Amino acid sequence: MTSQDESQGTLDARQEGAGFRLAFQGRLEAGAAARLWPQATRRAAGARPLILDLSGLTALDTAGAVLLLRLEGLAAETRWEGLPPGPIKAMLDRTRQALAAPAPALPPPLPWLGLIGHATVLRGQELLSRIAFLGEAVVAGLGTLRRPWRLRRSEVLRHLDEAGLRAFGLTALLGFLIGLILAFQSSIPMRRFGAEIFIPNLVGISLLRELGPLMAAVILAGRTGSAYAAELGTMVVNEEVDALRIMGIDPLAWLVLPRLLAAMLVMPVLALLMNLAGLLGMGAVMVSLGLSPAGIIGQLQQWLTVNDLLGGLFKAAVFGLAIALVGCRAGLTAGRGPRAVGDAATAAVVGGIVSIVVLDGVFAVLFYRLGW
Amino acid sequence: MARDTVIRVRDLAARFGGRTIFEHVSFDVRRGEVFVILGGSGSGKSTLLKHMIGLYDPAEGHVEILGQNITALTGAARRALLRRIGVMWQSGALFGSMTLAENVEVPLEEHTRLPPEARALVARAKLGLVGLADAAQRLPAEISGGMVKRAGIARAMALDPPVLFLDEPSAGLDPITSAGLDALILQLARDLGTTFVVVTHELQSILAISDRCIMLDKEAKGVIAEGDPRRLREESENPVVRAFFRREVMA
Repeated sequence: MTSQDESQGTLDARQEGAGFRLAFQGRLEAGAAARLWPQATRRAAGARPLILDLSGLTALDTAGAVLLLRLEGLAAETRWEGLPPGPIKAMLDRTRQALAAPAPALPPPLPWLGLIGHATVLRGQELLSRIAFLGEAVVAGLGTLRRPWRLRRSEVLRHLDEAGLRAFGLTALLGFLIGLILAFQSSIPMRRFGAEIFIPNLVGISLLRELGPLMAAVILAGRTGSAYAAELGTMVVNEEVDALRIMGIDPLAWLVLPRLLAAMLVMPVLALLMNLAGLLGMGAVMVSLGLSPAGIIGQLQQWLTVNDLLGGLFKAAVFGLAIALVGCRAGLTAGRGPRAVGDAATAAVVGGIVSIVVLDGVFAVLFYRLGW
Repeated sequence: MARDTVIRVRDLAARFGGRTIFEHVSFDVRRGEVFVILGGSGSGKSTLLKHMIGLYDPAEGHVEILGQNITALTGAARRALLRRIGVMWQSGALFGSMTLAENVEVPLEEHTRLPPEARALVARAKLGLVGLADAAQRLPAEISGGMVKRAGIARAMALDPPVLFLDEPSAGLDPITSAGLDALILQLARDLGTTFVVVTHELQSILAISDRCIMLDKEAKGVIAEGDPRRLREESENPVVRAFFRREVMA
């Protein structure tokens, strides 16, 4: 049954009275069925009678049988002639039987108001589920505080290594480049006012208060949040999370808390590294513009406060917690099937970045009110 | 019915990292028969199947399907031969993002020029044949394990291949679903003359569907029995074969 053989089926169509005689010869298989489909269905539509002459058929597959049955369905009246007994008849009978069940009806589409309502309910349920997950995590956290020996320290260390130590290179590189870019970009307008001396202040404050924690959080969301979601999502798909529940182990305490703790501990360190690398990048630009290292350090000492640094590091810890929560929830609520893990990883990155920007906005208002 | 040879396996050996799974495996599969590869866990049944369909290159020997050496074929010739075999995987291996009907349409879309209307009808016919007409628009994640297996058979049959390979079709199924699947295999073999190569260790299924079988053994690293399983059960002197068919604990 090569493709050449498959094309061997031929059709001889002749008008007979008000109808047509369609005589098929040779092998009516997928290739021939595809080739003859348009011509045959055109002749059969509404024919009375349609005579299907199969005396010349030597082979028939499902595609060929489907063509013949489709022709029968299109005609107003059909007469079968010369149907060879044996495998060809068996194939036709079997296909007819298989197609006898009506095609399942698709549910009717919702009207636009229904669509809006449906989407609203879904979003509401999603929000409730997020709040519930947060509550469960808090309960699990409090439970671990009461029984701290239950915390899997080895897991915390593993995640500290994966989320922190292994991200040091990337964080330092990005921090250095960001400091460098900020200094270069701000030097152009500042020079017009003869205010290059204030570039260290501008870059230093931006980094410590805002960009250091924010960029470190973006790195954590991309590297670690997605990894949490993929790892936990795979565990859900493999029923490992169900197995934990059945063993009486709370998946939140067992799987989520070590990750939350690790992300929360590692983020201030990453933010600090980002700050230092950024200041180095800025320093490199300033030295190239003619400012002495002592002058740069003097400017920074004069204008940066410990509160700037501590506020930024505190924000970083909260960002880490949020990213880990979003990532773990995305993983644990993953569906079944191969797409689920990919969807969970995407949800973790998108949700993580959105949550840190929203939290950053909240912090901005809060710090402003507190006068920090 | 002319019982000519459809698959010829000669002196086949499988080795991974210096570890021999089996060697000196030779047998023929005849047209229209249900041929079962059986053996205990780890005996290399699924590995043999993957060698037969050309997924693994043999360390030694070769496999001929419909007169062509599958491991030596490349390009269009290999594609033409692969079109003439269907495989149902142990896990079903249905594409999770597609409905059952779309899954069955994949090979039709890839290998034929049938119009969309014809592809949809063929998919419906195939799903109807395995009793899944009602589930055509459902996703694999929404159906039971038995339904996944049946949908896997429907997809494997999409192009009406003369040879179908089934990897553990009964594994994880309840006896009623498993018996239904056995009946379907027998019906297809009888009505269409399809040749089946079935990998299984389900005793009831072996006795129900198999015309002939070979038995692989982990210790012997090869075939320890060949023939009609009902006769092997009664007459074999090999202690492993006897233990397998009589569900005895080996000393």
